[in-house]
Amino acid sequence: MSARTPSMYSDDARQRAARLGLRLGRPNLEEFAATLTEIAARDRNVMVVTSDSRGSGKLVGFGQRLPKQIVEVGIAEQNLVGIAAGLAATGKKVFAVSPACFLTARALEQIKADVAYSDHPVVLVGISAGVSYGALGSTHHSLHDFAALRAINNVSIVAPADNKETHAAVLYASQAVHPVYLRFGKAPMYDVHGPETGNHVRSAMVVREGTDVAFIAIGEAVIHALLAAEDLYDRERISCRVVSVPALRPFDQGPVLAAARECKALITVEEHSVCGGLGEACASLLLESGARTQFKMVAIPDEYTVTGSQADIFRHYGITMEGLARTAHRLLESI
Amino acid sequence: MSASHALGVSDRELMIKSLEYRKDVLRIISHAGAGHTGGSLSSIDILNVLYNRVMRISPARFDQPDRDRYIQSKGHCVEALYVVLADLGFFPRSQLTTLCEYGSHFIGHPTRKVPGVEHNTGALGHGLAFGVGLALGLRHDDLRNRVFVLLGDGELAEGSVWEAAMAAAHYELDQLVAIVDRNRLQITGPTKDVLSSEPLESKFGAFGWHVRTVDGHNVAALTNALTVPPPQGKPMVLLADTIKGKGVSFMEGVLKWHHGVPDVDEYRRAMEELGAALRQVGGHQ
Ligand SMILES: Cc1ncc(C[n+]2csc(CCOP(=O)(O)OP(=O)(O)O)c2C)c(N)n1
Ligand SMILES: [Mg+2]
Repeated sequence: MSARTPSMYSDDARQRAARLGLRLGRPNLEEFAATLTEIAARDRNVMVVTSDSRGSGKLVGFGQRLPKQIVEVGIAEQNLVGIAAGLAATGKKVFAVSPACFLTARALEQIKADVAYSDHPVVLVGISAGVSYGALGSTHHSLHDFAALRAINNVSIVAPADNKETHAAVLYASQAVHPVYLRFGKAPMYDVHGPETGNHVRSAMVVREGTDVAFIAIGEAVIHALLAAEDLYDRERISCRVVSVPALRPFDQGPVLAAARECKALITVEEHSVCGGLGEACASLLLESGARTQFKMVAIPDEYTVTGSQADIFRHYGITMEGLARTAHRLLESI
Repeated sequence: MSASHALGVSDRELMIKSLEYRKDVLRIISHAGAGHTGGSLSSIDILNVLYNRVMRISPARFDQPDRDRYIQSKGHCVEALYVVLADLGFFPRSQLTTLCEYGSHFIGHPTRKVPGVEHNTGALGHGLAFGVGLALGLRHDDLRNRVFVLLGDGELAEGSVWEAAMAAAHYELDQLVAIVDRNRLQITGPTKDVLSSEPLESKFGAFGWHVRTVDGHNVAALTNALTVPPPQGKPMVLLADTIKGKGVSFMEGVLKWHHGVPDVDEYRRAMEELGAALRQVGGHQ
């Protein structure tokens, strides 16, 4: 939407990514669209429903190639989800694609009643999620979607970190027999996984080993945690573990509990309100399991969100290599 | 309509203002590198007539309950609103170039942090219900002020618009005026192909509204349509036929200018065109 998109990464962060040999992939949204188009080309039962959103969903090509498998409903997100549920009830594998902000707020009751409660296996695809829309402001941010959907039974919640997790997430969703929510941002993503991990989204995965601090991160925030971990080790020999949690539901507790046992401090990182997301999911898990660890949640605080681009907002709230390194430092000092 | 209008400002002066506003819209969008160009240019004449001729509103009276209200339901075209509010003196024009900057209140949709903005919008399909609430509240206080709500034609696919339309007729809100910027385009394509909402005349009519169709770029016609009161007890809708990107030949009716941002060369050509048009009506530039 913006002609000049400021980089999400400082020069230092970009250099660190280069030194690590991280490949800069494409936006997860593009990976999603390409994967879905392949799947749908082989299976005419796969359908997409859009709400004047095929451009932002990178599905213009899908529409040209598979015009019979796309239904356009106009600017009507409630209708989008209701129609998707009806299509699913006739046995179609339906992907309902709309900006995450509108899909999970405007159409929340359709999600709750027509999809989740009625158990129609629609795949809800929230595009340009989190604060991807930057200076378009709070109407366009989805900082509530994890919280809202966590409180609704029977929807898987998946927010992939990189192209590899995205590919796996789309395959997972295309085979799911229950509702799934997929959450994608707009920015190109670095690979956070090597060849071993990232091939599925059902479990949380350690993408970097460490014992001082563990970053538990979800979705497009994982890369910033990974860069911070490398930075802290390089400059100060602080050893940081990074765990990527692609799914909030089903929530894979094992790696989080292990991190709490094996590291001195735990920091959760997410592009979501501090209320009701990954941080609170981890906090309640840790407390209930009796784990004792230093704990900090990095998220968008409960306030009028600062205005600016996605990069400005990330910097402002410390969801960057530099910000996370600072937070880790402070947390270790407090021990 | 006569050249020197009863309401103070002549048609020619308004036409000059419209061209200057168009230049300002392009100036701040290219400065920010973002913005909704096409729909700001299609609605600017409507805002111009409302703010400079029809509405009882000013920075000095903005806290008064007996002011007219303008709600921009198609919030994405905020640049048009910012430019007009600056011209009316709600804030210094220099602030316009902070559009989309870190920490600026001038974000890509209307917010009440910006002086003169009545309601936060950006999610489509909210403005008309809010307008119904305003009109009910004003009437409750025996105030006859009018409430104007600007909608996009693509926006009309939102069911909430029609829920509000029913409520407005049910409560006989003749203080309420909806204006549809019928530029016949949305993001994906022509509105008739994406999801047709036509025929709007008979649809709004069947919902109990008084319907007027008007050339949305003709300041005299807009003035007339907005000042002649509707029949008693009827909310009124103006179906304003407009051209998306109006005023810049290469943007007019072209889909990509929904949120296209002109590059350096396009910007220069657009400003030249508008400058020439200004010279023709005898304005400065
Ligand atoms: C609820 C909601 N859904 C989707 C959008 C994204 N969006 C912004 S502008 C737009 C197209 C608007 O078309 P139209 O109403 O015709 O406006 P105009 O042509 O005047 O720009 C869309 C889909 C939104 N802002 N709000
Ligand atoms: Mg339109």
